[in-house]
Parts: sequence; C-alpha cells; structure tokens
Amino acid sequence: MSALPLLAEDELPPLLSARDVTVTYGNRVGCRDVSFDLWPGEVLGIVGESGSGKTSLLGALSARLAPASGQVLYRLRDGTTEDVYALSEPMRRLLLRTDWGVVHQNPRDGLRLGVSAGANVGEKLMAIGARNYAAIRCQATEWLDKVEIPTDRIDDPPSSFSGGMQQRLQIARNLVTKPRLVFMDEPTGGLDVSVQARLLDLIRGLVADLGLAAVIVTHDLAVARLLAHRLMVMRGGVVVETGLTDQVLDDPQHPYTQLLVASILQV
Amino acid sequence: MTEPLAGYNFAYLDEQTKRMIRRALLKAVAIPGYQVPFGSREMPLPYGWGTGGIQVTASIIGRPDVLKVIDQGADDTTNAISIRRFFARTAGVATTERTRDATIVQTRHRIPETPLAAGQIIVYQVPIPEPLRWLEPRETETRVMHALSEYGGMYVNFYEDIAIHGRIATTYDYPVLVNDRYMMRPSPIPKFDNPKMDMNPALQLFGAGREKRIYAVPPYTKVKSLDFEDHPFTVESWNEACAICDAGDSFLDEVITDDQGTRMFVCSDTEYCRDRVAAKAAE
Repeated sequence: MSALPLLAEDELPPLLSARDVTVTYGNRVGCRDVSFDLWPGEVLGIVGESGSGKTSLLGALSARLAPASGQVLYRLRDGTTEDVYALSEPMRRLLLRTDWGVVHQNPRDGLRLGVSAGANVGEKLMAIGARNYAAIRCQATEWLDKVEIPTDRIDDPPSSFSGGMQQRLQIARNLVTKPRLVFMDEPTGGLDVSVQARLLDLIRGLVADLGLAAVIVTHDLAVARLLAHRLMVMRGGVVVETGLTDQVLDDPQHPYTQLLVASILQV
Repeated sequence: MTEPLAGYNFAYLDEQTKRMIRRALLKAVAIPGYQVPFGSREMPLPYGWGTGGIQVTASIIGRPDVLKVIDQGADDTTNAISIRRFFARTAGVATTERTRDATIVQTRHRIPETPLAAGQIIVYQVPIPEPLRWLEPRETETRVMHALSEYGGMYVNFYEDIAIHGRIATTYDYPVLVNDRYMMRPSPIPKFDNPKMDMNPALQLFGAGREKRIYAVPPYTKVKSLDFEDHPFTVESWNEACAICDAGDSFLDEVITDDQGTRMFVCSDTEYCRDRVAAKAAE
C-alpha cells in the first residue's frame, strides 16, 4: 500500500504502522495479517459489516488488545518509532493518556458518568499533572465551547446530556491533551441522522483544524465518505480492499465492496 | 500489672500469627504508605470495630507497655473500653487514659490533641485502606496505579467539590501523599488531624482487618494532604470554643442536648478537655 501522494514528500516515517496484525480469540480469528501505514493528519476509515474484525483491529492498534502476532509501530514525539507492545507499561499508559485519544461507540464506556462535564474534560489534564483549579476549569470551558456544548452546563453530569452531547463531551475529553492520533469506534452509532450530521461536521472541523490523524471504525459508508481520506474494507477478519475513499466508493473492485456500496439506500 | 487470662496466649494471638504480622509491619515501615497484604485473623469482635488495629496492637505489645485506646477521641466509649479491657485481660498490660503515659495508642477516627513523642506508637483502625477504590474498583488496576504513581484521578473528586461547593468538601479520611510517593488513606480521622501526621516523631501503624492490609508512616516522615495550587488545604475551624474547657484549638463535637435542638460544642478529645479543666481548677 502506498502513501497518500500529497503527503509522500514528507520524508518522515509514518505515524502509525501496522505490520501483519493478527488478533485471535482462542481458535477464532478477530482479524488476520492487517498491514497499513498512517501519516500525520490523515484519516483512515475502516469499514465492513458487523463481525468483520473492525473493532478487534482497533483494539490491537490502540494498545488495548494484544495481538497474537504482528507489530504496531508508532512514531513518538521524540521522532523514534517504537513497537507499542514493546514499550514499558508506564510509557504505554502515558501514550494512551497524552498522545492518543479513544472515542468509544457508547459514551458510557468513555465518560465518567458520576462526575460533572467539567471534571470529565479536566480528568486527563489532572492525570498528567495539572494542579491549578482555575486553569483546569478554563480549559474545560474552552473545550466544551469547541464541541458546541453550552458552557453553562459545565457542572451538569453527563447523564443529564443527550446522546449527541455525550458523544461530543467524549471527544472534548479526548482532545484536551492535544493528542496526535485519535481512535474512534463508530462515533455516530446510536445517534439520529441530524445529530449525526452535526457531529460529523464537528469531527471533520476538529480533525482539520488540529491536524489530527485518526482511525475511524464504522459500518456507515456515509460517515466514511465524509471523514476518511483513505478506506480499508474488511470482511471476515481480512482486508479485502484499500484505497482512497472516493476511489473505493465510486469504483469498488472487490465483489464484497461492490455489494456494500450497492446496498446503500438511495433517497 | 495483672496476670494475663489463663488458657490464652499472651495478647490473644498465637506467636506464628504475630510473627507474620510483624513481618508485614516491617515491610510497611520500610515502604512508607505502601499497603502490605497480611493474613488477617478472626478476632473476638466484629469487622468494623477495629479488627485490624487490634491485631497490630496484639503483635507489637509487650509486658512493659502502657496502652491507651480512644474511639472518636473519647476514652470512655464502648469500643475503647472493650479493646482496653481485652488487652488488660489477655496481655496483663497497664492501661491509661493519659496520652503522655502511653507507649501504644490505638485509635479510631482521631489523633490525640496532646502531641505524640518519639518512642510512642499510634495504631489506627482502618475500614477501607485503598484511596483509589472509589476511582477504580479493580484491585489489580489500583495496584498498577500505585506502582506507576498514577494519582491524577484523585483530583477529579476535589475538582467536583470546588465546582459544586466552592471549596474542597472532603472533611475526613482526607487523602495524603506519604514521603512524596504513595497515596494513602489516613483512616476516617477528620482533616483537622492531617497536619499532625506530617513529620510526627511517633511511629504510625495502620491496620485494616477486613481488607487484610497493613501500612505505616515511620517517624519524621513527610505527609502531604492533597490540594490544588489555588485551593490550598485548610483544616476545619469553629466559631465557638469548647463549652466545658473553653479550648479554641481542639477538634469540637457538636452535641445535641435536648429535643428542642439545643446544642453545645465540646472537645472530642476527652483527655485533653479533662486536663484543661483540672489545670484551671488548680489555678
């Protein structure tokens, strides 16, 4: 697989590389021999039906699910590229807290529902050593504003928020430490269409403004079309097709991709 | 000193158990604030009444020791009297209500107002030893968090307090950082007592019987209460003084005296209050 032409002149090695990543659950295969490179500022979409191994792959990439074989290489801020599973545990946890963000499909998995929205956003800051209340609160307010949550709701618990707001709060909580790479698992799952559209708009804006690299898992081709620069189509745990998003969606080569594209309802 | 009760080993516990607990204590002293697991035994009192503290005391007490036991600062509450009598009977040791005379002070919920001296040992009864428990229910995970000093989450609670109440509203069992390393629960003492733990000349031992953990703060060890830079740690203060001894510098209990809601504030440390009254009468 080759890099995006527009980023190829960048001589730096890729931000994230997967090398033959295989995840197994006993005898069952989650995903098999997945390889790709992700450059800074690039959004990679992983699409496929339920059970195609998308989430297993995302778990392996984001250092939460050790792969049975293969490597996940990440270029750290100091420029060195390391295998994330070979890093020491403190380093790996620090990476997850600072350089990476994980947006879960269900906001309940990614938020602390018992404490206020402000504390949810501030938690990552406090985890990396912020000890000034006023400064933490100021940053939390700023981020709520960026994700279009009314700032007067900073002291309300996320359980009082709508699904769309909870999802946006999760995004704010992840971006507050200025990560370089964000993993999103079905970020628009369970939201109605108009709320989805707003959220997609927001994510697209943030990714572009902050120059984030992102890996987005979705079964929704419309989401992929809007957000992703590049697509990987998975089926039964293997990658069946990769390419630029428009290329894959407009001119699908693999029979499964053709089926997938053909099954979108045209309104 | 009286003869210990016949048919029981000295201080109730068998020697092997004491040895095991002493070993845990030595490790705890060597790593200030670190929770050492130990094989907690059934004691002839219910969990929550001081089974951890009583096992620690039983393991360190010797014939020449003088024991003081307090519960919420008082020497004359059921729990304090029972534990004191337990050791008077099973170890035949002398007991006292005077902090200065005691070599071992076992306590629930307070540190005596009278400053502790070098050579003394204070034993705390601990219900929940893990300061990170509310944050993370998995023991495996909290141990990793301790190992990696991942304590940022503790501040989430304080942030929440300030956002809602305008100040840190935690008033007892206020988390501390021991020796700049381990996060520790000081047992449910009021935060008023937290500064007394810092650089204290006495040895401080903590026993949690149900949770099977022992930890310690050696003499002259730094104990810092958590706070924000712009919301520093403060202790409680009262508008009144003690109604009995007129002390303005001790921890006061609010006591309701009738059904009309009449109330008085009195020292929670009964020995301190009594001493002040006696000193006044002597003048």
